[in-house]
Amino acid sequence: MSDNGTPTLELSGVNKSFGAIHVLHDIDLAVYPGQVTALVGDNGAGKSTLIKCIAGIHPIDSGEIRFNGKPVNIHGPRDAADLGIEIVYQDLALADNLDIAQNMFLGRERKKGVVLDEASMEQAARETLAKLSVRTVKSVRQQVASLSGGQRQTVAIAKAVLWESKVVILDEPTAALGVAQTRQVLDLVHRLAETGHGVVLISHNMNDVFEVADRITCLYLGRVAADVKRSDVTHSQVVELITTGRSGDLGLAPSTAAESI
Amino acid sequence: MTAPSRSSKSQRTETEDAGPDGVAARAGSPGAGLTRRLGSAQEVWIGLVLVALLVVFSLLEPDSFATSFNLLNLVADAAILLLLAVGMTYVIITSGIDLSVGGLLVFSGVTATKVMEATGATSTGSLLLGVVVAMLTGLVWGVLNGALVAYGRIPPLIVTLGTLGMSLGGALLLTGGVDMRAPGRLNLGLGLDKFVGVPVIVWISVAVTLVLGVILAQCRFGRHTYAIGSNSKAARNSGVLVNKHLVKVYALAGLLAGLAGYLSLAKYGVTGVSAHSTDNLQAIAAVVIGGTSLFGGAGTVTGTVIGVFIPAVLQNGFQILGVKPFWQQVVVGAVLIAAVYLDQWRRKARDN
Ligand SMILES: Nc1ncnc2c1ncn2[C@@H]1O[C@H](COP(=O)(O)OP(=O)(O)OP(=O)(O)O)[C@@H](O)[C@H]1O
Ligand SMILES: [Mg+2]
Repeated sequence: MSDNGTPTLELSGVNKSFGAIHVLHDIDLAVYPGQVTALVGDNGAGKSTLIKCIAGIHPIDSGEIRFNGKPVNIHGPRDAADLGIEIVYQDLALADNLDIAQNMFLGRERKKGVVLDEASMEQAARETLAKLSVRTVKSVRQQVASLSGGQRQTVAIAKAVLWESKVVILDEPTAALGVAQTRQVLDLVHRLAETGHGVVLISHNMNDVFEVADRITCLYLGRVAADVKRSDVTHSQVVELITTGRSGDLGLAPSTAAESI
Repeated sequence: MTAPSRSSKSQRTETEDAGPDGVAARAGSPGAGLTRRLGSAQEVWIGLVLVALLVVFSLLEPDSFATSFNLLNLVADAAILLLLAVGMTYVIITSGIDLSVGGLLVFSGVTATKVMEATGATSTGSLLLGVVVAMLTGLVWGVLNGALVAYGRIPPLIVTLGTLGMSLGGALLLTGGVDMRAPGRLNLGLGLDKFVGVPVIVWISVAVTLVLGVILAQCRFGRHTYAIGSNSKAARNSGVLVNKHLVKVYALAGLLAGLAGYLSLAKYGVTGVSAHSTDNLQAIAAVVIGGTSLFGGAGTVTGTVIGVFIPAVLQNGFQILGVKPFWQQVVVGAVLIAAVYLDQWRRKARDN
């Protein structure tokens, strides 16, 4: 499956250290249009750090990021957004005091003359929610503070889709959700892929991963332990990869896995 | 680090899951947008308090309180504080604070007076140069405040406490501790000029307040100000240039303090080097009484206007009634506490 066309987003040999701590080692990652890539790994494996590198929040120390085959430099959230990379962060990045429409357009407000064009932004926010078949949100003028966890996640995802985004990255979108709300978010992830987005889903929940992912990339202590088709692995193999970095002939060479510790 | 945040998130989700319909019904009513644009509940309440005060004083002293002469005086006195308070509104909405405004006002007044004296102090050009110098001086101090807060990561309370001391002390150094007189032409001109019966100083203050009120409520600059105070990380991730914006907000407060310094020269005729050490508290009180949250992310210029006038009306009314002026301080203090209590209570109601 990975051989189908060029990946929209491709990382190769990415390294990142915070001071003396080497958090990411030679990371390769590919995101294809219309596919969901699950990024899995134990707490502290480096998943959030990796996507923050893609977002331009952390500069990378070495390695290359290519977008549609061309090498790019991403220096901040704006650069990422300009390319069409949208990220929904683990610590939901919404402003509580603003309403849904205001949050969806934050940083990219539409203007009519010098003042904000509230009507057109409200309209576009409503249309985006409708396109994603979101029915849990009643009014886009509702303050985000008053939303449930699932509704907030929905808004954050809708915000990412509002922009002609090509790649949507979701950091643990279901971590805090109940059964029904998890269902809604997973449906939303499906719909993102159906509408041609390349999706990266970070999750600790194997059921979620196996339900929506086309590929699974497993990080172990900052290294890619495996990058496989979902259909080629089992639950328990993935769990083993996450916890030990190896599973049968998959995973890091024993020496590398040991050295990482 | 992730574990505790995750567990608190799931707690919140559980309680909120209990009533998604209730949530939608509460905030999704068609009128919600309208009332929010007109002003929050606190503004309405505090506006009613102001109206009640005006009515009571008018009934008690119809011949001296409710005269256009007295009311114009009252407004003229409040006009300069209003400028400081509008700047403070922006700063507090970013969840910051600016203690330096009184110092910047004095310092700007002193530099403007020096420049006007040096340039003859009689020509229109010299007086215009004065206003430019005053505003530039305020702006430079404001940029310093903003840069130290945004890039230096020093808490705004400390930064602006520091620049308050520096600017007040600096003004005393520049003047040798002796108040300087403003140019006569400024004091007798702009200080007394009226347009349709209303002091020009009031018109200036009203115009500035209107423009900044619209910018806060309707323009991108205002939207980003709210976003930063509400969740600066979210704003940054959404592409808002948070640090630059913070510098601009503190610069705005400084610029307004500079303008206030010039108007205060015109109105009072002196630099008032030792008369402005509690301006910051008055401005903060006005902003907070007007419903702006000290936690940031919420507040309006309309509220601030009301918040400026409540203490002003109290002071004026008490004076006319012959109540000891000290009572005004007591009452304003109580109103301030009540306003913050209301804010906390509202936040609690919202978060549950
Ligand atoms: N700003 C930072 N400075 C120093 N170390 C950091 C920083 N951010 C992350 N780290 C370290 O990098 C490692 C990877 O963290 P990261 O948050 O990427 O893990 P994660 O895979 O997202 O984990 P989780 O599943 O718990 O979210 C951790 O050891 C963490 O302590
Ligand atoms: Mg993480």
